[in-house]
Amino acid sequence: MKKQDNKKRGYGGWLFLGTTLLLFGFVALRDFSLAEQSFHLFSKMLLQIVPALILVFCLMVLFNLLLTPEFVKKHLGIDSGLKAWVLAILVGIFSTGPIYSWYILLRELKQSGMKTSLMAVFLYSRAIKLPMLPLLVHYFGLTYAIILSLNLIIFSVFSGIITGLLSKNKLENMSKD
Amino acid sequence: MNNNALRSSIKISLRSITSVLPVIIGILLLTSILVQLFSAETITQWFGRQEFIDVLIGASVGSIAAGPPLLSYTLGGELLTQGVNLFAVTALIVSWVTVGLVQLPMEMVMLGKRFALYRNLSCFILAILISFITVYTVQLLS
Repeated sequence: MKKQDNKKRGYGGWLFLGTTLLLFGFVALRDFSLAEQSFHLFSKMLLQIVPALILVFCLMVLFNLLLTPEFVKKHLGIDSGLKAWVLAILVGIFSTGPIYSWYILLRELKQSGMKTSLMAVFLYSRAIKLPMLPLLVHYFGLTYAIILSLNLIIFSVFSGIITGLLSKNKLENMSKD
Repeated sequence: MNNNALRSSIKISLRSITSVLPVIIGILLLTSILVQLFSAETITQWFGRQEFIDVLIGASVGSIAAGPPLLSYTLGGELLTQGVNLFAVTALIVSWVTVGLVQLPMEMVMLGKRFALYRNLSCFILAILISFITVYTVQLLS
C-alpha cells in the first residue's frame, strides 16, 4: 500500500513538471525573448537552490540518525511546551533557502510526530529574513523594519494556533485519547 | 555510530529528496515565467482604488507571486515610489513570504491537503491584518 502511494506521488511530481514544461513551450512559441529571460532566471534560481538542498539533505541524514520518533514527540509533539514554540520560531528565522526544500524535512518530522502548529510557526517565521533586513530598512525605514519584524514573530504564533486548530487531524485526536 | 544505520539514513534521505525534485524544478520554471510576465509597471496599474481594496490586491499579488523575498522588497519599494499606499505594499511583502499559491500543490502533497489549505488561507488573512497594524503603529510612532 505504501509502495503504491509512493508510486502515485512520484507520477504526480512528473505530471506537474510535464505541465509546466508544456506551459513554458507555449510561452516560448508566443514570445521567445520572454521564454529566454525566464530560462535565465530559472537557471539562476536552480543554482541558488542547490546549496539549500545539500544542507537539507545533510540535516535529514542527521535527523534520521539522531531523532527518534519518541524524541520528536517529546520535544516537538503534542505535549511539547513553550520551549518548542520558541525553538520553531528561531529555527524558522535562521533557516535559509527556498521554502520547498524545507517541506521534505518537515514531512519527515511530521511523520515522527511533530505538532502541526509548530510546522505552521516554522513556515511563518521564515518570513523574517535577517540577512535582508538592511534592504528592508533602506526601502521602508528602520521603524517600519523593526515593527514589521516584531509583528511577524507575534503573528507566527497566531498562524500556528489557527492552523493547528483548523487542521487538527485524526492522528492527533487519537494520541490525545 | 553504526555504519548500517548511516547507510540506511542516507538512502532514505536521498529517496525523499529525489522524489520531490520534479516538483521543485516545475515550481522554479513556473516562478521564472510569472516573474517575467508581471513587471512593476504592470502591477502598479492594478492599484489606486480604496485603501482596503488595494490591500486585498496587494495580498493577492503577494500570494500568487513567487521568488526570493529580495524581489518583494524591490517591487514593494518600486510600488511605493509610484504612489501605491504602504498598507498595500506591506500586505504584498508579507503574503509574498507567508502565502504560496505556486508552492501549494507541493505543500499539499508533502504536509497534507488540510494543513496546506488552512495555513495558506489563514496567512492570507493575517497578511491583511498585519499590514494595517504595522502601518498604523509606524504612523503612531512617527
